[in-house]
Amino acid sequence: MSQLQGFGGFQFDLLERNEKLKEKGYQVPTARKTGTTIVGVVFQDGVVLGADTRATSDTTVFDKNCEKIHYIAPNIYCCGAGTAADTENTTALISSQLKLHRLNSGRESRVTTALTLLKRMLFRYQGYVSAALVLGGVDFYGPHLYTVYPHGSTDRLPFVTMGSGSLAAMSVFESKYKDDMSRAEAEQLVYEAISAGIFNDLGSGGNVDLCVITRGHTEYMRGYAKENERLFRKPQGYSFPVGTTSILSSIFEKSLAHTPSVTDPESSFSMAVD
Amino acid sequence: MYNKQHLDPHDDTSAQRPDFMPYQNNGGTVVAMGGEDYCIVAATTRLGLGFAIPTRNVCRYAILNDRVVLATAGMYADTVALHKVVTARVKVYQQQQEKPFGLFSAAQLLSNTLYYRRFFPYYTFNVLGGLDQDGQGFVYGFDAIGSGEKVKVVCNGTAQALIQPILDNQVEKKQQYENKQIEKWSLQEALDLVKDVFTSAGERDIYTGDAVDICTVTKQRGVVVETFPLKKD
Repeated sequence: MSQLQGFGGFQFDLLERNEKLKEKGYQVPTARKTGTTIVGVVFQDGVVLGADTRATSDTTVFDKNCEKIHYIAPNIYCCGAGTAADTENTTALISSQLKLHRLNSGRESRVTTALTLLKRMLFRYQGYVSAALVLGGVDFYGPHLYTVYPHGSTDRLPFVTMGSGSLAAMSVFESKYKDDMSRAEAEQLVYEAISAGIFNDLGSGGNVDLCVITRGHTEYMRGYAKENERLFRKPQGYSFPVGTTSILSSIFEKSLAHTPSVTDPESSFSMAVD
Repeated sequence: MYNKQHLDPHDDTSAQRPDFMPYQNNGGTVVAMGGEDYCIVAATTRLGLGFAIPTRNVCRYAILNDRVVLATAGMYADTVALHKVVTARVKVYQQQQEKPFGLFSAAQLLSNTLYYRRFFPYYTFNVLGGLDQDGQGFVYGFDAIGSGEKVKVVCNGTAQALIQPILDNQVEKKQQYENKQIEKWSLQEALDLVKDVFTSAGERDIYTGDAVDICTVTKQRGVVVETFPLKKD
């Protein structure tokens, strides 16, 4: 099987074994799926992307402050919902392909190129790569905002939401969105949409991350709003005096007794110091 | 009209009726801790359903009388039904016998009520706390079908796996091999511990949040309820 490596793509050689194990009643481990709120909006001269920072596994919070806005190119970023590993690796792979394309062509990447690469990859894997994305950026043709679904279909819209908190966030957009907003208005709207997801969807939570992309300038605002800091701590804390864990037995051994060292004058071992 | 064929239980080609799903999980966490002259019974107020929060402020506890409190996690509809049955039975007893319903009797009543539904259980996970005749605090933990145990401190519900080990370690000094002298917790220390474990559980369990109702039972003041805020995300 090892000669198959090096050709790129996924390896499927354990699939048959896993099917047999499943038949015998083994529990197949599941991937970490993040309940998420991610959004994007187009304004006068750019796009604003937003995301919450909670990563969950079933009903447990795995990461209270994870990054869901991924780098694609200096002028393009992408929010990811779905299986964490899929969104991270898919965006990284397309980011890498675009970098090579820039080095070859000597031109700035275009958002539609990123979109085409992403949807081609996701369609090829028929939805098994579960990445639901919000892709945004500014290029030669101006600001662009897209959603990419796990099966490879895409939308081009002035405001978009994705993830388990998408309904809460979209209700904010549907009631407050206007065409040609200023940067400050767009930031405030995205912050409110993500907040709606954080507080009304159990799969979303933590802080608000924002990324504002305008022509020639990108500002990534990690922790734009932090409204979920810990509220209480036991005043006297917790202390465990020395000896809390009893020592049942002790053995002392000389370790690496004959290892020469620089400071050892007896050593005949000479070390290169230049 | 149903075709006769559809009613034949051996005919697997017939149209299937939607599955009967009588249960739902509304989450929630409950804690009870007994002290020398007090008892604490606490329950979160978030009502969860899937990834939604239908309500942030439900009551998961029932004050049975001025020295016994019951708190319940699990399915909220069953919680309401169970609390209604138990409080009614306690009231009838107190009217007829003209004396207060004791903590140990309440534990037995709860166990019987739960086991009565052995093959169609109340989907509830209960803790019961209060004071005995001498005014000393005791608590009980129960499973959904009435198996219960008298303990020092107990947690039930969605954050049980996060909270119970901390309570065992702090209150019963579990895993602290050279530090076994078990000290008494003052009411204030116990309240701080309970607030801290709920705050921590709220950080990691999505069904634990919004607020926690903390019932403090003392001989002097009866049952006093405090609502302590948790994170709302």
